[in-house]
Amino acid sequence: MKRTGAELIWECLVRQGVEVVFGYPGGAILPAYDAILEYPIRHVLVRHEQGAAHMADGYARASGKVGVAMATSGPGATNLVTGIATAMMDSSPIVCITGQVPSSLIGRDAFQETDVTGITLPITKHNYLVTRVEDIAPVLKEAFYIARSGRPGPVLVDITKDAQQASHEWEWSDEPVRLPGYRPDLKTLPEEYEHALELIQGARRPLILAGQGVIKSGASQALQEFVDKTQIPVSPTLLGLGGFPASHPLNLGMMGMHGEAWVNQAIQSADLLIACGMRFDDRVTGNLNTYARGARKIHIEIDPSEINKNVKVDVGIVGDLRQTLERLLPQVEAGDRAAWIAHIEGLKGESAVRDIQSLPDSGRLFAAHVINDLWHLTEGDALVVTDVGQHQMWEAQYYKHEHPRKLITSGGLGTMGFALPAAMGAKLACPDEEVWVIAGDGGFQMTAAELCTCAQEKLKLNIAIINNGYLGMVRQWQQFFYDGRYAATPLLNPDFVKLAEAHGLCGLRVESRGEVARAVEKARQDTGTVVIDFRVEQEDSVYPMVPAGADLDAMIRRPSPLVETAESEI
Amino acid sequence: MAITENQDSGRTQTFVVYVEDKPGVLNRVASLFRRRSFNIESLTVGRTDQPGVSRMTIVMEGDQDTALLFEANLYKLVNVLRVENVSHLPTVVRDLALIKVRSNDQVRSQILQICDVFRARVVDVTLGALIVEITGSESKIEGLLDVLRPFGIIEMVRTGRVAMTRGSEAPSVDPHFVHALVPRERASVY
Repeated sequence: MKRTGAELIWECLVRQGVEVVFGYPGGAILPAYDAILEYPIRHVLVRHEQGAAHMADGYARASGKVGVAMATSGPGATNLVTGIATAMMDSSPIVCITGQVPSSLIGRDAFQETDVTGITLPITKHNYLVTRVEDIAPVLKEAFYIARSGRPGPVLVDITKDAQQASHEWEWSDEPVRLPGYRPDLKTLPEEYEHALELIQGARRPLILAGQGVIKSGASQALQEFVDKTQIPVSPTLLGLGGFPASHPLNLGMMGMHGEAWVNQAIQSADLLIACGMRFDDRVTGNLNTYARGARKIHIEIDPSEINKNVKVDVGIVGDLRQTLERLLPQVEAGDRAAWIAHIEGLKGESAVRDIQSLPDSGRLFAAHVINDLWHLTEGDALVVTDVGQHQMWEAQYYKHEHPRKLITSGGLGTMGFALPAAMGAKLACPDEEVWVIAGDGGFQMTAAELCTCAQEKLKLNIAIINNGYLGMVRQWQQFFYDGRYAATPLLNPDFVKLAEAHGLCGLRVESRGEVARAVEKARQDTGTVVIDFRVEQEDSVYPMVPAGADLDAMIRRPSPLVETAESEI
Repeated sequence: MAITENQDSGRTQTFVVYVEDKPGVLNRVASLFRRRSFNIESLTVGRTDQPGVSRMTIVMEGDQDTALLFEANLYKLVNVLRVENVSHLPTVVRDLALIKVRSNDQVRSQILQICDVFRARVVDVTLGALIVEITGSESKIEGLLDVLRPFGIIEMVRTGRVAMTRGSEAPSVDPHFVHALVPRERASVY
């Protein structure tokens, strides 16, 4: 059948199972937009293309399917960049389709021309410039395959306007894509498994570091069986939260810069680290020269280029995490780690006393209180999407996730403004989930325009703005490391309640802990999106904290009136 | 002249890389050096006898660990078909240079003699200059340059290193297994 390039785009998307596309029209992508009306695909009109990329990302992370964003050439395409880089760093499968000026104008600095394949080369898993109509269908098929296979990631397809307008005789082909250079299913030599098993057998103080790979490969069940058999305690990374149930007795809590103190200490005294689908980011290792010096390391990773990148390991197993764990499980011996686990329990020491939840109620509203209460009220079962900063860390510490894909956050790139659009994508992917956005007052304003998209699309979100009147995490660094000189961190904010109302949405304000439950319940019952402005303690900090580049166990601890140690005071 | 030269003393690594002959592939490979902070020493690229496949010889600074990381990163590029680290294999390595040397009647024969010793060829002669072509190892070319420099080198161009392993085995196209990514030496330390 004869199809225009524009029609081919939608034919392909429909066949890939795409139900929703997030985008913004413009000159070079107009042919595609003209054709969308004939196809059963919902289009969400964003207010800024960055939002489209984040929505596709949120959709992908919530569902495990490929998210799709669409934009025009030039500024439309460059506005996607932050969202693409975010998806790249966190291995999120998205396909971005951009219009490009007609092929005859490429290289002439035409109106809204930009070399978007050049710009996005380092921040995509792969990208394409399509100038011929007959290439559109095969390229899109490859794009979806590359985005979701192996270590997932963003793929950008830039299609010239003339390719969209031209026609082509076309039949859908079910043949698998042929990419001779692409190897998403690399496997390790069998002897590596033997070596790993030997190390596990001999370990007396082993720890499992559970990253996002647990979620991406659907390895939660396999990991639980592995842990139940071997009795090896687990610590998740930020993006690994939910991959292993928080309530499991062997889940020690999060590692890293704002991880649990005892976890970081346990890592430093371990004799074996089993890294599962994580990449030893500097935020979880601290100073690499002193990181887990006494530990041998097994690294199970789907991406071979991650092995030995940051931390030199003893055994690198390349492959799908779930398959790897399932292969190791029957061979690994049941273990008794009681002494090691008791040792870690001992490391907890006065941590509980230092915890903000244990501090005497001063009547002030702390962000940690809000998140702890939200966790209780939603019974730990909400799909939470966080932005970047202090609230993100408090969420990671106080909202205990039991299931995978229930926390969506920008970990690697740390993209402020991510939460609201990503949550919209997640809500569209999982309409039955109770979705909560937790954002700071700073980050929320970066993409607050998408509130209007939320209203237009009639999406039901619950938005908790943790409003401390500062760019809180930066303020915290200024307090700790820059002599408290608060340069460019205090914020004058709009009235978030009125802002919500201006969009026809419900806005609530909470200023004391006593009001938290009522507001949360009101938001849950409202059928539309509700914005809650939580006016929290302005100069609270996230503890514990490993200063950037410091040894992992050299943590700044929350000062506590109940604990007298000089080193903890800053 | 020795056929086999191992020019990588551990400081550099030589790779033979087969890539799809598509627009932007060179850019993708070159970009890898910049964004992962690999130090590139030389990169040559040309066609192969197989349509649609180009072959690169890449020389980079770094030890064996860096080489493994570089290899893994190259394989992440969708258009990269095969990577072979030939640093520790018996390999024929060549570099080609064209050197334009200042010459006149007084020194011309002297230069020709030198070229003869180095098995270099004079490929162009004008009144004031000669163009000398030399193929060989980098050290041989450096040697010729050293002795020609006093005459005055007007300009010079070098191709960078190209490499080919010895023996009758053709490179296989699709490795099913990644090699153990941890060098055995380190694993045995424990």
